[in-house]
Amino acid sequence: MQTHDSPQLKAEARDFNFFYGQAQALKKINMPIYDKKVTALIGPSGCGKSTYLRSFNRMHDLYPGNRYEGEIRFYPDNTNLLSPEVDPIEVRMRVGMVFQKPNPFPKTIYENVAYGLRVRGENNKRVLDEKVENALRGAAIWEEVKDRLQDLAPNLSGGQQQRLCIARALATDPELLLFDEPTSALDPIATGAIEELVHELKKRVTILIVTHNMQQAARVSDYTAYMYLGEMVEFGKTDEIFIKPKDKRTEDYITGRMG
Amino acid sequence: MNHTMSAKSASDLHQVSDRLAHNALRNVNERLIELVLFAAAAVSVLTTVGIVYVLVSESIHFFQNVSIVDFLTDNQWTPLFDDAHYGIMVLISGTLVSSGVALAVAIPMGTIIAIYLSEFANPKVREVAKPVLELLGGIPTIVFGYFALLIVTPLLQKIFPELPGFSLLSAGLVMGIMIVPYIASLSEDAMRAVPMSMREGSYAMGATKLYTAIHVVVPAAVSGLAASYILGISRAVGETMILAVAAGMQPNLTWNPMEPAATITSYIVQVALGDLPHGSIGYQTIFAAGLTLLLITLVFNIIGQWLRRRYREAY
Repeated sequence: MQTHDSPQLKAEARDFNFFYGQAQALKKINMPIYDKKVTALIGPSGCGKSTYLRSFNRMHDLYPGNRYEGEIRFYPDNTNLLSPEVDPIEVRMRVGMVFQKPNPFPKTIYENVAYGLRVRGENNKRVLDEKVENALRGAAIWEEVKDRLQDLAPNLSGGQQQRLCIARALATDPELLLFDEPTSALDPIATGAIEELVHELKKRVTILIVTHNMQQAARVSDYTAYMYLGEMVEFGKTDEIFIKPKDKRTEDYITGRMG
Repeated sequence: MNHTMSAKSASDLHQVSDRLAHNALRNVNERLIELVLFAAAAVSVLTTVGIVYVLVSESIHFFQNVSIVDFLTDNQWTPLFDDAHYGIMVLISGTLVSSGVALAVAIPMGTIIAIYLSEFANPKVREVAKPVLELLGGIPTIVFGYFALLIVTPLLQKIFPELPGFSLLSAGLVMGIMIVPYIASLSEDAMRAVPMSMREGSYAMGATKLYTAIHVVVPAAVSGLAASYILGISRAVGETMILAVAAGMQPNLTWNPMEPAATITSYIVQVALGDLPHGSIGYQTIFAAGLTLLLITLVFNIIGQWLRRRYREAY
C-alpha cells in the first residue's frame, strides 16, 4: 500500500538534454513524474517547459534537426521513451496529449473520440460506442453532446472543443496525459471546468501539465517544477514550492517579481 | 494670460483648417483611385455580360429556326448537310466522355501528388518538384494535342489494336495529364493551409503520416480540393486543341471512349474556321453550342460554390 508520501514513479527524466539543431533548449533535466498525480511545469515564456512536455510523446520527431540526449524512463516497464529503438508511434499509443488550442478534427463528435481507437484498428461498433461514451463521460461532456454525436466537432464552443479533445485522448486509456497550457484559449468558466476535470482524472491517469497560470498550478497540481532558461530550477510538492521555495529564482517568479 | 490663450487657440484653428484642406485633397485622391479600381472591375464584368449577351441573342435566332426539343433530343448533328439535324447531345457526349477520361486521370493523380508534396516530400524536393509540375501547365495545348496523336495513340494501339487513329481515349488521357498540375498545385495549397496543430493532434493519437493525411488533412482541406476539381472539370470541358487534333472531328453520339468524336469545342473550331455566311443557320449553331458549353461550366461552377459553402474550412 502506497502512502501519500512515497508515491510510485510513472516516469523519470535522467540527464535529459534537448537540441533544436545546434541550440540547446533543455539542459540536464532530472525529474520524477509520480503515478496518478498531477505534475505542473511552470516558468516564463521560452523556458523550455513545452519543449520538455513534447518530449514525452516524441512530438519533436516530426520536425527535422531535433535531437534528444539522456533518458526519459517510463514505468513499470522501464522503457527509455527517447531511445531510437523505441517507435514514436508506440510511445504515442501510451502517452496522450491535449494541446494549447483545441484542435478537433473536421469530423463528427463521435468520430473525433473514436479516432484513436480506429487508429489502433478497432472497428467493432459496439466496442466503439461504449468507449466513446465512457471517454465523453470521463471528460464531463457526455450530457452536453449525447444527443448530437453526429454533429461536426468544430461547431462546438471552445471549452466544449477542449473537453472533446480530452475525451479523444482518454478514449485509448493512456498511461500518461500531457496538457500543454490547455486553458490558455478559454474563458474563466471553461477553464474552471477543465481544472475540475484534471482533478477528477488523476484517479485514472498520470498527468503532466504546462501552465502559464500559477494559480492554476497551485490549484490543480500535486507536484510543481519551476523551469528557467532550459533548466529545472526546482521541483517539489506544490505546497512547498508555493509556500517556501528554496531557490531565489523560483521565489521571484511565483511572487511576480519576474516573468 | 488671456492674451496667450487666445493666441494659442488661434494657432490651433489655423492648424485644424490646414488639416481639413489636406483631408479634402486626400478625399479627392481616394475618390479618383476608387474610380480607377471600379473601372477595372467593371471592364471584366462588362466583358462577361457582353459575351453572354452575344451568345444569347444569336442563339435566340437559332432557336427560332430549330426547336429546343429537337436540339436536346435529336441523335444526329449535321448542321451543314442538306438534311440538317441539330442534336446537341452528339457533341455533349463527346465532351463528357473526353472530360470523364481526363478527370479519371487527373483527379486521382493530382490528389496523390498533392498529398505527397504537402505531407511526405521534404522541403528540398518540394521546392524543385512544384515549379517543374507547374511548368507542365504552361505547355501549349497544341503541343499536348500532337503528343496525343503521334505518341500516345500509337502506344495505346499496341494495347488495343482496334483503337482508331483518332479517339476520345487518347485525347482524354493527355488532357488529364495537362490538368494534373492545376489540381495538384491547388490541392497542395489547400492541404498546406491545414494548420500544423491539427496534424499534431492526429500524430499524438499514434496515427501514421498516411493515416493522418487521409483521415485528417484531406477532410480538412476538402473545400479547397473541391475547388481544384471544379477548376479541372472546367478546363476539361473547355479544352479545345487537344481534342481537335487527337479526337477526330466527326460528330458521333457515343459513350465509348475508344471511338473518335467531336466535342462542343472542337466543333466550334471546325466551323469557325470555315467560311460560313454571317447570319446563316450554320453560323448560328456556333453560338448555340457556345451557350451550351457556357451553361455546362456554369452548372459545375455553381456546384463548386455550393460545395465550398457546405464544406468550408472549420479551422
